This record gives sequence, C-alpha cells and structure tokens, in this order.
Amino acid sequence: MNNKNLKYSAMLFLSPALLAIFAFFFLPVLAAFVMSFTDFDIYSLNHLWRVRFIGFENYKKLLDDPVFWKSLFNTFYYVIIAGPLSVIVSLCAALMLNSKLIKFKAIFRLTYFMPVVTTLVAVAIVWRFIYHPRFGLFNYLLGFLGIDPVDWLGDPDYAMPAIIIMTVWKNFGYNMIIFIAGLQNIPEYLYEAAILDGANKFQLFRNITLPMLAPTMLFVGIVTMIGFFQIFTEPYVMTQGGPLDSTLSIVLYMYREGFRWWNMGYSASIAFVLFIIIFLGTIIQFKFQKRIFG
Amino acid sequence: MKKIILYLILIVTGLMTIAPFLWMISASFMYDGHASVYPPRFLPDIFTTIQYERLFSRIDLTKNFFNSLFLSVTVTVISLFLNSMAGYAFAKYRFGGKEKLFKFLLSSMIIPAQVTMLPLFLMLKNLGLINTYFAIIIPGLANIFGIFLIKQYVMSIPDSLIEAARIEGASEFQIYSKIILPLATPILITLAIFTFLGTWNDFLWPLISLSDNSMYTLPVALANLMGEHTKDPELMMAGSVITIIPVMVVFVALQKYYIKGIMLGSVKG
Repeated sequence: MNNKNLKYSAMLFLSPALLAIFAFFFLPVLAAFVMSFTDFDIYSLNHLWRVRFIGFENYKKLLDDPVFWKSLFNTFYYVIIAGPLSVIVSLCAALMLNSKLIKFKAIFRLTYFMPVVTTLVAVAIVWRFIYHPRFGLFNYLLGFLGIDPVDWLGDPDYAMPAIIIMTVWKNFGYNMIIFIAGLQNIPEYLYEAAILDGANKFQLFRNITLPMLAPTMLFVGIVTMIGFFQIFTEPYVMTQGGPLDSTLSIVLYMYREGFRWWNMGYSASIAFVLFIIIFLGTIIQFKFQKRIFG
Repeated sequence: MKKIILYLILIVTGLMTIAPFLWMISASFMYDGHASVYPPRFLPDIFTTIQYERLFSRIDLTKNFFNSLFLSVTVTVISLFLNSMAGYAFAKYRFGGKEKLFKFLLSSMIIPAQVTMLPLFLMLKNLGLINTYFAIIIPGLANIFGIFLIKQYVMSIPDSLIEAARIEGASEFQIYSKIILPLATPILITLAIFTFLGTWNDFLWPLISLSDNSMYTLPVALANLMGEHTKDPELMMAGSVITIIPVMVVFVALQKYYIKGIMLGSVKG
C-alpha cells in the first residue's frame, strides 16, 4: 500500500473525532468569544436578528459589577486555600502510603480514593446535612475537641471554609495516586547514596524527594488549579451561593446570568474572564515552579 | 513506635474518609426525623426501607436512574469508538502537521468547558435537541483527553505487527479492529471507566440542557429534590445512596484499570 492511501486512511480514522471536537468544542469557544461582544439577552433567544455588537461594553460592565468582583474574590479565596491544602494532604498521604513500614496499602489507597469517584451532587447533599448546626456529624466530632457548634453553611464567614474542607476530603485521593506514582519512580540508590553521605530525613526529603517530584508537582498544581477555578456544584447544592453571596463562584455567577436571566452576552464575557484567569494561572505556575524546584 | 503512630494516622484518616458514607447509608434506612438527632446515629434505631420505596414509587427516581444509565453507557460506547480511531491515527500514521495538530489539541485542554456551554445550548436549541438525550450525547462524542490516553498506549504497540498484517493483505480498518483494539483493551477499559463515571457524575451541563423531570439524570433530579426536601435527611440520603452505589460498584470492580489510567494520564501531561 502506498503513502497516499495511508494518509487517506489516517484522515478517515481522525475525521469523526476531530469533526465532533471542532463542531461541539472549538466552534462554541469561538462563538462564545463573539457573543461576549454582543448584547445577546432573553429577547434575542428567538430573534437572532435583534443581537447587536456592543464592543467591550460587557467587559466594562463587569468591572463595575460588585457581584462579579465578589464572585472573583470568592473563587480566588477558594482556589488559593483549597488548592495548596489539598495538594499538601495528598502528598502527606502518598508519603505515608509509600513508607516501607506499612502493610495493607491497597486497602488504605482504595478507602482514600473512594470520595474521588463518587457523584459530587450526592456527596454535597450528604455534607449539607453533616454541616447541620445542631444534628450534624461535623459539629459532633468538633465537640470532642472542645469546639462549640458552628453554623457552617449559614454563616458568611464559615460557609467558604466549610466548602473548602469538603473539597479537600473529596479530592485528595486523586493527587495522592499521582504522587505515589511519582514517588515510586525515584530510584532507590539516590537515597542510599545520600544516607551514606550522612544526610538526615529532612535533607533526604528536601534534596531528593522534592526535586525528583518537581514534574509531578507541576502537573498536579496545574490540573488542580484548572479544576478548582471551575467550582460550581458545591455552592449550587450546599449554599446556592449564599449566605450573602459569600460562596458565589465565577461559574455559578456565569450560570445565573446566562441560564437563569438569559443575559447570554454578559455571561459569555464572564466565561472568558474565567478562561483568561486559568490561562494566566497556568503560565504563572510554569514559571514559578521552575524557579522553585529548578 | 513510629509504625504505630503511622498506622494510627492512616486509620483515623480512613475513618474520616468513610464516616460521611457510613452516616449516609445509616440515615437512608431510617424513618422521617430519626436522623435529626444528637448525637448522630451510625446505625438506624428502627430499620426501614420506606425512603427507598418513596423514591421509587411516588417520586419515580427509576426514570432518572435509567436516564443516567442509558446516557452513561451510550456516551461511553460512542466516544470509545471515535477516540480510539483518532488515538490510533495519531500514534501510528504519518501525515503533515501531525505533531502540531496534536500539540494544539493538548494545549486547548486548558479551555474550561463552561466557555462552550452558552453557544452549545443555542446550537442544540436551534436543532430542537435541548431536553433530549442528544443534548448529552452530542457534546460527549469525542474528547481530547481520551484521544491522548489511547495514543500514549497505542504508541507502545510494535509497528512490525501492523506491517505484517498489511503484507498479508489486511485492510486498514481490519488492522484497527482486529489488531489494535484487542491489544489496547486495558486502556480501553480505563477510558471506558473514566467516561462512564464522568457522564454519570456530570452536573452543570445536564442541569442546563435538560429541562423536564422525566429527562433529568440522577444528579440533576437529586439536586432538584433537595430544593423541596431540605428538612428530610433520610429521604435525601436514600437518593444519594442510589446515585453513588453504581459508580462505587464500577470503581471497586475495575479499580486496577482506573488507577493505572490516572498514572498514565499524568505522565507527560
């Protein structure tokens, strides 16, 4: 068979998937970009001819929208606390499960991983009751530590921390698995050589484990950040963005503006701001982590 | 000593991980009001299946269960087919611009799906497909991560097998279906679990694109039910159990493949 026929076959194999991705992913991305410069609203839904281009009006309006700034603040609060926290918990769990002293690793691993695969909506509903101020499991357990009951989801100061705690519980197993894989790839002789040179536990961790985990760390950091910026289900199910908008996230605000009030042009501009934030966040992590881990 | 402390931390972490599930299961077998007590009960005082009966008879969650099952299976089968063909082409064929195209696809994975949802909604609305099964199936036809996963795996299959089959006169599609697919079974299972769980657990897009109770997937039906039953933990826990059990079964049965997939996905990500 000649080269031309092979190229033809390659195209046949590729085209169904690529056409689907083009039509239902890339085309919508471009359309959303265009939409964000229009006044697309509920009146345009059935009368596309009513849509007008309004330049940067939507983006200008965003700058003056206190609710948008609030959602931006909330989302950053969530990502900056929950992101590193869940990565640290994952790393600790991975280090413990990588220890030679431990048996039954598979069972622990399976248990820790369980929340990752479970349906977020169901889990958020369960936690909504776990955070119940009077009957909730969470306050009950805190009682043993001598901590007074907290109205976790009803208090604007505690609602976001409550969501962060649940997020860490739900997600740490995922990165833990990736860290375990990373740890197992570090050659044993590096440690043996360093121990011969008289390195202590901390030095081993700082000078061998961390640098060798750098690529894993970068991957985990970026994937976690991208995922966490898209937080929606937790506040939607647990708090509806409240109390006092204290858990209103960017995507929840986008959803409300776009699919509750049908301000689709405005909503598209919110979606694009989210995209730009994620894009910049990814670039920053690339630069920043290179500097730290070399 | 050190060993004991380590085990203690691991066991306490494990208990904290499963405590919410234990409470959920326990509360789901209680009568109304019996889960709203202090201290929380980890076993029902009086065992009953009344919450499940209510969910399946009066609230008719059966329909939603089958929506979820049907959509998850359909999306999995179709996307597995499209992704594996594309992944194979990227792994084993040479054509101009291949590397560039693949890099472009990979880097576009940082675009959040939410960006596409407004135009996608309008597009499907104009086609009359909103609130139909197609609204879920169409955006799930193929995905870049799936193509990436398959390509990584298929690259490790030796070219000589393909060359030999060509010399013996096998058609290109036969090579794909008779040689590549059987050899790639482990990664196909992995991707199947990912897609099944992803579709089953998905919330935002079904919430947007399905508008009738009878069309809802389980998560959407459950979130909707929560609105009317904020004070009924027993009923809501039964609903959560029904939603979670299928994914747990799939995961526990096939966890080996799932965990391998995560590791493979993180290599050279």
